Amino acid sequence: MSQAVHALPHMADTKAPPAIVLDKVNKWFGTLHVLRDVSLTVAEKERVVVCGPSGSGKSTMIRCINRLESHQEGRIIVDGTELTDDTRALDTIRREVGMVFQSFNLFPHLTILENCTLAPIWVRKTPKAEAEEQAMNFLTRVKIPEQAKKYPGQLSGGQQQRVAIARALCMRPKIMLFDEPTSALDPEMIKEVLDTMIQLAEDGMTMVCVTHEMGFARQVADRVVFMDRGEIVESGTPTRMFEDPQTDRLKLFLSQILRGH
Amino acid sequence: MSQTTVDAVADPRMTGARARPPIGSTGPLGWVRANLFGSWWSTAVTLLLGYVILRVVVTFFLWGVVNAVWTVPYSPQGIANTAACQNAKGIGACWAIISDKYRLILLGRYPYDQQWRPAICVLLFIGLYGVSAMRRFWRKELALIWIGTLVLVGVLMWGGVLGMPMVAEDQWGGLPITLMLATLGLACAFPLSVLVALGRRSTNLPAIKMLCVLYVELIRGVPLVAVLFMANVMFPLFMPQGVNIDKLLRIQVAIILFTGAYLAEVVRGGLQSLPKGQAEAADALGLSYWKKTAFVVLPQALRLVIPPLVNTFIGSFKDTSLVLIIGLFDLLTMGKVALSDAPWQSFSTEVYLMLAVIYFVFCFAMSKYSRGLERELARAHRR
Repeated sequence: MSQAVHALPHMADTKAPPAIVLDKVNKWFGTLHVLRDVSLTVAEKERVVVCGPSGSGKSTMIRCINRLESHQEGRIIVDGTELTDDTRALDTIRREVGMVFQSFNLFPHLTILENCTLAPIWVRKTPKAEAEEQAMNFLTRVKIPEQAKKYPGQLSGGQQQRVAIARALCMRPKIMLFDEPTSALDPEMIKEVLDTMIQLAEDGMTMVCVTHEMGFARQVADRVVFMDRGEIVESGTPTRMFEDPQTDRLKLFLSQILRGH
Repeated sequence: MSQTTVDAVADPRMTGARARPPIGSTGPLGWVRANLFGSWWSTAVTLLLGYVILRVVVTFFLWGVVNAVWTVPYSPQGIANTAACQNAKGIGACWAIISDKYRLILLGRYPYDQQWRPAICVLLFIGLYGVSAMRRFWRKELALIWIGTLVLVGVLMWGGVLGMPMVAEDQWGGLPITLMLATLGLACAFPLSVLVALGRRSTNLPAIKMLCVLYVELIRGVPLVAVLFMANVMFPLFMPQGVNIDKLLRIQVAIILFTGAYLAEVVRGGLQSLPKGQAEAADALGLSYWKKTAFVVLPQALRLVIPPLVNTFIGSFKDTSLVLIIGLFDLLTMGKVALSDAPWQSFSTEVYLMLAVIYFVFCFAMSKYSRGLERELARAHRR
């Protein structure tokens, strides 16, 4: 059934300690088997891009990493803590893992600054002044400090997504998860978000990113993971994956998205 | 100012023929023409309705003002001679009944010389609404203001301290009772309803969820009148001997439970209409359930349901008048009591009109406020 080239769990080549370990993870939505024996290890400071056709389980997998979805079989270990029903472990992990969503999910009733300081103040117990200063730093990094007093509805999609990145960074996460961060954006806004992500990658953040932006994958990814029908089919460096795909499924996928571009 | 005028005149676009829309297509005249006399059919309806409205207004004016009887003579024993009113019946209103009975209707059978106490309570309630309505008072201190005001109302109504004679609850009545039932009812039912709505949406606490569903469905399936009867008659049967919970309190609890069930469904609607991503984003940031609910979910969900919430608030306010059937002396009951006085028995129209105006003022204020609040919140967040 599996055409996987790498018989082994999709491991990083580096010797760095693993930030994320997925070990034979299985998940069902009702009777639908959405993750099949998914095994993946992400090293510290590694940048992994996950691609695959829609419905391949890539979003579900990334959402399992901070337990927005729970898995039913296998183990997930994030930053040395195993994800279980134990809520304390979950709290620890969610503090260390930031997430950026396709639909931004900013809080529309709070200003940009309040969006960025809510979690630091209430979860990390950072004093308000300090949280605001830190939020302004990150907003400056994503190049929109002047929007701090506005509400999300007053910003463009690209700006909102950059705020979402800043909001996640304000929690000082060790790992950042991106779930199709540019899919809901107009073409002219994709670049500003990707630039922010590239900058983040250059700063050494551990990143797992579900995206179809192959240019981004080429530029920053250490590894590209290709998923189809709930399993990891193939993984490798971007150059190897795009220029020398081993499996028919990846070849088909690449031909489809390249035709689209 | 004059500079602008000169510029406007000098501007060829302003002086040109196309600068202004055709005369009569804008402004009040334009509105009248477009909406009232747009076609021959529309003109006919306008004229017909105009005639009907005019008739009603003129008739009411003749009845309520021109032919109305404002005062009646009293016998030396203090009994009203309502002959003038009887003669005017059908032609003019008998407002004398209002000037004779207004204190009884508004303040009930509270000792006459002590009626300043319930009167102050009414003002306190109205002041409380005013303060609560202002957004700049929406902070923790508001809870203290509420508690302080309610304690003050209790002290004033019961008395027994500071030289105020004690007045038992069975002597309370009129507007203070209505406002008390409505205010305490809504103030307690609202937090209850939020908890029930959250409980009903809970996925990992099936027992709590069951309990909430059961509560809402049971209460919603029974008319308020039946709930009031149960609180009044049935509930004492279940209590151990010697335990006697005050009637007013029992009715108050019944109203809270009843209103809570309805409000819970409204709040649940708001919770359901919130995009799933909002809660997910809060989860991903590591916010605990209660912080997520307090800072992310409820502020948005409640804002979405302001119109149906206020709808239920208004309904509950008026529903307090149903305590008439179990003999609690609220505003409506006091109206009936006033009418039981022999000389005034046949002048119910005037009394009910007065009651309607009082209820209307409170309900209209709520409705007007909710629309303003919606606008204000929408302006703040979507600009």
